[in-house]
Amino acid sequence: MADKALAARLILNRLGVGVLTLLVVSAIIFTITSLLPGDAAEEALGQSATPETVAALRAQYGLDKPGPVRYANWLGGLVTGNLGQSFTASMPVSDLIATRLPKSLLLAAVTAVVSVPLALAIGILAAMGRGGALDRALSLATLSMVAVPEFLVATIAVLVFAVKLRWLPALSNAVDIKDAGQFFRTYAMPVLTLCFVVIAQMARMTRAAVLDQLSASYVEMAVLKGAKPARVALRHALPNAIGPIANAVALSLSYLLGGVVIVETIFNYPGIASLMVDAVTNRDMPVVQACAMVFCFAYLLLVLVADLVAILSNPRLRHR
Amino acid sequence: MSAIPVGLVRSGWRTATSLPIAGRVGLLFVVFWLAVAIFGPSIAPHDVGAVVSPDAFAPLTAAYPLGTDYLGRDMLSRILHAARFTVGLALVAALAASATGTTLALIAATAGGWIDEVMSRLMDAFISIPSKMLALVMVAAFGSSAGLLILTAALSYTPGAYRIARSLAVNVKTLEYVQAARARGERLAYVAGMEILPNMVNPMLADFGLRFVFVVLLLSGMSFLGLGVQPPDADLGSLVRENIGGLFEGAPAVVTPAIAIATLTVSVNLLIDAISGRATRVVEN
Amino acid sequence: MEPLVQVEGLRVIARKDGGEAPIVKDVGFSIPKGEVLALIGESGSGKTTIALALLGYARRGCRIAGGSIRIGGTRVLELTPGQLYELRGRKVSYIAQSAAAAFNPMKTIMDQVIEGALIHGTSTRAEAEAKAVDLFAALALPDPEGIGSRYPHQVSGGQLQRLMAAMALITDPELVVLDEPTTALDVTTQIEVLRAFKKVVRERGATAVYVSHDLAVVAQMADRILVLSDGEMRETGATAQILARPRHPYTRSLLAAAAPQVRGEGEPRGDAPLLEIRGLVAGYGRPDASGMPAARVLDNVDLAIARGSTLGVIGESGSGKTTLARVVAGLVPAARGTVLFDGKPLPTNLKERTREQFRRIQIVFQNADTVLNPAHSVERILARPLAFYHGVRGEEARKRIARLLDLVKLPAALAARRPAELSGGQKQRVNLARALAAEPDLVLCDEVTSALDTIVGAAVLDLLAELRRELGVSLMFISHDISTVRAVCDQVMVLYSGCKVDAGSRKALASPPFHPYADLLIASVPELRTGWLDGLPARLAVESPPPGAEKPARGLCTFLDRCPVRIAGVCDREPPPRRDLGGGKEILCHHTRAELEALQTA
Repeated sequence: MADKALAARLILNRLGVGVLTLLVVSAIIFTITSLLPGDAAEEALGQSATPETVAALRAQYGLDKPGPVRYANWLGGLVTGNLGQSFTASMPVSDLIATRLPKSLLLAAVTAVVSVPLALAIGILAAMGRGGALDRALSLATLSMVAVPEFLVATIAVLVFAVKLRWLPALSNAVDIKDAGQFFRTYAMPVLTLCFVVIAQMARMTRAAVLDQLSASYVEMAVLKGAKPARVALRHALPNAIGPIANAVALSLSYLLGGVVIVETIFNYPGIASLMVDAVTNRDMPVVQACAMVFCFAYLLLVLVADLVAILSNPRLRHR
Repeated sequence: MSAIPVGLVRSGWRTATSLPIAGRVGLLFVVFWLAVAIFGPSIAPHDVGAVVSPDAFAPLTAAYPLGTDYLGRDMLSRILHAARFTVGLALVAALAASATGTTLALIAATAGGWIDEVMSRLMDAFISIPSKMLALVMVAAFGSSAGLLILTAALSYTPGAYRIARSLAVNVKTLEYVQAARARGERLAYVAGMEILPNMVNPMLADFGLRFVFVVLLLSGMSFLGLGVQPPDADLGSLVRENIGGLFEGAPAVVTPAIAIATLTVSVNLLIDAISGRATRVVEN
Repeated sequence: MEPLVQVEGLRVIARKDGGEAPIVKDVGFSIPKGEVLALIGESGSGKTTIALALLGYARRGCRIAGGSIRIGGTRVLELTPGQLYELRGRKVSYIAQSAAAAFNPMKTIMDQVIEGALIHGTSTRAEAEAKAVDLFAALALPDPEGIGSRYPHQVSGGQLQRLMAAMALITDPELVVLDEPTTALDVTTQIEVLRAFKKVVRERGATAVYVSHDLAVVAQMADRILVLSDGEMRETGATAQILARPRHPYTRSLLAAAAPQVRGEGEPRGDAPLLEIRGLVAGYGRPDASGMPAARVLDNVDLAIARGSTLGVIGESGSGKTTLARVVAGLVPAARGTVLFDGKPLPTNLKERTREQFRRIQIVFQNADTVLNPAHSVERILARPLAFYHGVRGEEARKRIARLLDLVKLPAALAARRPAELSGGQKQRVNLARALAAEPDLVLCDEVTSALDTIVGAAVLDLLAELRRELGVSLMFISHDISTVRAVCDQVMVLYSGCKVDAGSRKALASPPFHPYADLLIASVPELRTGWLDGLPARLAVESPPPGAEKPARGLCTFLDRCPVRIAGVCDREPPPRRDLGGGKEILCHHTRAELEALQTA
């Protein structure tokens, strides 16, 4: 069998599974949000709801059709970009998301750029120094950090940097950023808060992945050939750990999908997560449904990329 | 019959004293918080709703060891009451998640075939929904009653428990003593309950601890957003939310409930790590 | 002349359960230049630990506590860590037991073979690669020019082992340590590897330490033998002398266990066979439209076991022998074919069997460590079949458990213990006792002694023979070790790649003619005398194809690509016929009896 065909088949298979999972996720989300009888039309009309107006609005929103049909319509809308109309803002949902999503993406990107190199370095160094004082201290520290709630980190950061030291502003108004300095001041605390747990999580998983390889037989063989520890770790163990490390990075970054909800709220950051929280508070269902799908899609994308990296880096899957 | 609890206590003590320092600290705090959850409201110095001080956001003093909140109520009493909600809700939800996940995983692993396929795909789909997202969607649809919060948390974390339990069960299933049981003609229920389950208990207990930590973080996060435990009830997350105004004054009332949560979750983590670390260390030698 | 290697008073300590225990106690030996010393012992004898100590290396949880090791002019145990890096792979190299685990799956073979030369700077990359190719040719590897660019998973086990030898020799070390290099290989693959090693060691006049538990293999490779047990030296001497006139009782028991004698002829009772299988096809994976499994493991297998007799099933890895046992036990369904037990059809699906059928056929598995539930006590393990099949509980059950433990020669006190507290041999006996508790008619023994030390395994075989005599059970004894099978079984069957290629009584399989594979198998088993390896004919078999290569088309002879006597134009066109060679013997081959006799009694 040709080399390329096997890898291509695996990749296509993986993509197929991803799409299927996304479909099931959409069904779950739609079912949950449609289960309760009190519906959008009544919500929207509030006090002025009479049976006639409710029925009319229902027909206008297409809420009088049976479940599977509404699901199909909604799904079709998702794919074509028509995400419905927000109940509270009287705007197309897609517009709302279009203004807020890039902000969240920026926050996530900055966090990723800061956290990934740092976490990988910590994880690899800890694994290489296994059992030593540094490793044990780092293990204890990261074990504790992953259990800390984000709002604690955020409130302490604000207390220290904004209230006591007055280095940074307490609220980040990410509206007009004119220079790098202002960028730093605006993003420092939200990114710091997010990085706190992400780095700890990623470092732990990276350490475990590298340690896993370091206890393999081929590493012992390399040591017995006279390879020094640096060579063993970097040239032998690390290439084998690429798949598990990619997995570690993806899973840790996916933590951001939850953490950003707290951070955007506490720092008043106008991203898609705070949009979601407002929508939940106001029971603005179309926005809730659309935002949830965006987050789930992001998660599946992360996991898919990690799987692809694992597939492509494995010679057993590239050569028959 | 009286030998059983004595034996348990003795082996429990042996386990406790053989833990490293971090594990012992963790155990201490876990026991502390369990005690607070049970006895907290009875030993609170003030009534949970009583406005006792004219100063809102007071600093730590002898009269009010943890300061006062935004209305002038004693934070210590508020925290002692709120801990019951935090620990209680999380325990029930984590138990539900672990038990459900383990049971479904055993069924899937022993039955195999399409039952396994369908269940695993469904669980994969649920795992693909970030837990805070699922919680937000559930609250949007159904509101935030205590029962619903427990259900939401259990629903969010059952798939994770399922995945780990299933992987353990499948590994044990390939071991020869399970094959021998099947070749004896034992029924699937016997194989699942008597042969596989006892060899999964230890890792699943550690996983239960993890589930508990996740649920505490999830529920207190939701309360912080105003979507969790609703007033007049309050859990530790709600306490942070209601006192957020004091953040810019540097009031301890904002930070102390959050620190309380952190001590709970970090100590559970330390404890689990110490116990499962000990288990693997024994196996290595 | 001073010996090249001088070891004195070596002590190694291991950390166990909060304490320390010595695993190597005061070991000393010397090796003159150009000689091969064998370290012989069972598991726990400390032989691998000593071998690793020669490289100044101790595994996690162990430390070298005392003694001195001198290799050439270097005192190994006094080296600094920096100097140890220079010693390893340069002055002393190591050949590991499992090449599949020792090679990095992510790097090409050539990269890893020459890595030692590059680390120590003994040659440039181009020089090292050229030398590697020469070594590949000297080790009789196929395609010496191209094999280096492959990845480890693309090459077969026997080839990987030889590549590891090339990796060890690339820096021209003074001492080569071979740690059980052929233990993980099939016996038919072992021959080529042993020959290659011996040739290359002799050519270079290398000094070597050969670690093994197999006396017959060591007899071919070593000049002197050091016998170890429990970390202590038992006996040392020239190979020929140790084999002919062993002095220490431990050495004598090792030799006795290595050459199993025939145990008990069975008296087959009755005309109707107890178990009869016809045309069995079975495998794993999703069945296709016609019901055939995706991976076919057994193809058209027939067999019959008479009451009270023993059938030995011999096969190497991939032969399907374990699947055969599982089909009879009901764990794997049969896609085609009939299985008759006591004249009545036996469903191969678990759900369709009756409890009586389960009771009368019991299976005993190989791996003693995973065969007993670690959460149950021995008493509970044995009580279950008594309750399940016979409804026996309470006091009566306790009596029977005591009797069972006595039957398998275990002390009654063991009943309260858990499997983790038992040794491998004890666990396997409990395993047997559990099977016997059901009072079966047929016991399927799936490689029951393969995971045990030779001496312990021999004791289990003795037990099996005795049980057979006392209880009259029939056995299906599955193994890869032909000498064990010949010792225990009345009837023998040889499986290759899922087909029954040779079958007959024990006597019939003692002399030619054989199926070419059976011939290869028998010829590949090392004998307990020096000079056996050198006396073998030049070509026993064609080189086995690499993993992933095309198998012969279905229906044709499965041994086609390795058969040294295949007939071009016949064997690759038509399926081989089943021939009855008389005297109860039948084979699956195109050659006639006369042709095989001529080829095999040369």
